Amino acid sequence: MVPAASFYAMHCEGREGMKELQYDVLVIGAGAAGLAAALEVSRNNASCALVERESHLGGILIQCIHNGFGLEEYKEELTGPEFAERQIQAVRAADVDVFTDTTVTQLNAENDRKEAYCYSAVYGVLRISARAVILAMGCRERNRGNIRTPGTRPAGVYTAGLAQRLVNIEGYIPGKDVVIVGSGDIGLIMARRMTWVGAKVHAVIEIQPYPSGLTRNIVQCLNDFEIPLYLSHVVSRIEGKHRVEKVQVSPLTHGIPDDENSFEIQCDTLLLSVGLIPENELSKEAGVEINSQTNGALVDATMMTSIDGVFSCGNVLHVHDLADWVAEEARRAGAYAVGYLRNERPKRQMRIKAGANVRYINPAMFDPDNPDKLYFRSLIVKNQAKLQIKLDHKPVKELRLSHVQPSEMLHVNLKPKDVAGWNIMKDSVLEVSIE
Amino acid sequence: MSQQEPIREMICISCPLGCHLSLYKDENDELSVTGNKCKRGVVYAEEEYYAPKRVVTCTCPAESEVLPRLPVRTNTSLPKEHIDALLRAAYALTLTPPVACGQVLIEDFEGTGVNLIASMSLGAEH
Repeated sequence: MVPAASFYAMHCEGREGMKELQYDVLVIGAGAAGLAAALEVSRNNASCALVERESHLGGILIQCIHNGFGLEEYKEELTGPEFAERQIQAVRAADVDVFTDTTVTQLNAENDRKEAYCYSAVYGVLRISARAVILAMGCRERNRGNIRTPGTRPAGVYTAGLAQRLVNIEGYIPGKDVVIVGSGDIGLIMARRMTWVGAKVHAVIEIQPYPSGLTRNIVQCLNDFEIPLYLSHVVSRIEGKHRVEKVQVSPLTHGIPDDENSFEIQCDTLLLSVGLIPENELSKEAGVEINSQTNGALVDATMMTSIDGVFSCGNVLHVHDLADWVAEEARRAGAYAVGYLRNERPKRQMRIKAGANVRYINPAMFDPDNPDKLYFRSLIVKNQAKLQIKLDHKPVKELRLSHVQPSEMLHVNLKPKDVAGWNIMKDSVLEVSIE
Repeated sequence: MSQQEPIREMICISCPLGCHLSLYKDENDELSVTGNKCKRGVVYAEEEYYAPKRVVTCTCPAESEVLPRLPVRTNTSLPKEHIDALLRAAYALTLTPPVACGQVLIEDFEGTGVNLIASMSLGAEH
């Protein structure tokens, strides 16, 4: 992982105390997105630095020891660490300079040459300059503060991903009697994991009237162990002096907690699986414009942000359900970043708008002269839904979707022939809606 | 004529659709399935009814400074009734590096033909 000494001799010109390195492309973050992006940059014969703040590569995949990864990327069912190991081996075999234990604290992106200031216990202070930057920092978990649960502040309240790290990597069991808030996939996976390490999972509490995780996870992680799932319920109070002792659970009536029908569950641990937030502090400071629907960058058809030469992909762009789709998206970002270096830019781009029943759509622009892949999320739950794509209010493409729900990301491929023959103007708008 | 009651209802987990399946048995003990939108639903229902299986993933203790637990999994799905015993066996192992991803740690567990394999590599330490 550590570049050889000769590498330093070649690349580090160096003012005193700060090493300076130059690359074509800098990739920030070495999880599923960063690894795929860096590999693609290298495959396109551009020099690439991959910077990771942890001491290991693979990001959050390493703690996701359950199966269900890789069906699209590798055509077989893998666990998170196996998926990561394949990506890591490919990156190691490629011509990518990898810097682990290295944190980017500042990104100056306004000029043609971008500069990233990096701090590292291994390399000291580095200044890496590159003509293109790919943001691949992933996301972090929403916590108790984000959902504002009343009560005392005892030990024993964890986000589900933190508990997953404790159990799967550190080897600690965070508690014996568990209640899980939120039926997202991480919460469901942790319900099974906690059961398999000998804890008792008493309930999963979901605020929505439908589960937010995949149905297969409801079956294999809850039903297999007869763990009750309370839909349209909230944890309305956390109680306990030093350690969580019990939680109060309330059904929602017209969106308001119904105190009269509330009940208590004795437990010592509360796991929160209540959503993820793209980690864009670095991007925001650099001046990248953020999409308020996704909390990720606003990107054009080439996944370039509002700053020329700065690209974004994976969970820092929008939260995905599948690591396979993260890798796919990141690969395109890598190719587009190299295209940018070679002045291969779209001749024209038009705006994309989220229409009826679509929460968001990514990217925000399409290129009518090249294939586009659009990722989007539904606002509704429906079987046999219809996807409609309109250009300036006129239908250009219609697809049947056998099943849509907000927790499952959808995608559609748009080819130049789909819009060929249409009169596309500078202010044309492509609208994607579900009915 | 009375409507036959399903002997069991289940949700298919073969794909994200999640079809609600109803299982019936006729007088010859033949299983039939309704509610499935594709033929995978029938296969799932039969397997789930006669011999439910799951892939098991967990961790084993490792003698390592960098990684106290190594992720492991079954190479294929294991009949459900063997899961608890497999977990106990996995937790009782202690792995000494080097371990290669895919390396067999327990072979043919309890005669099921299912192996426990490492799902991550752990290099030799200096």
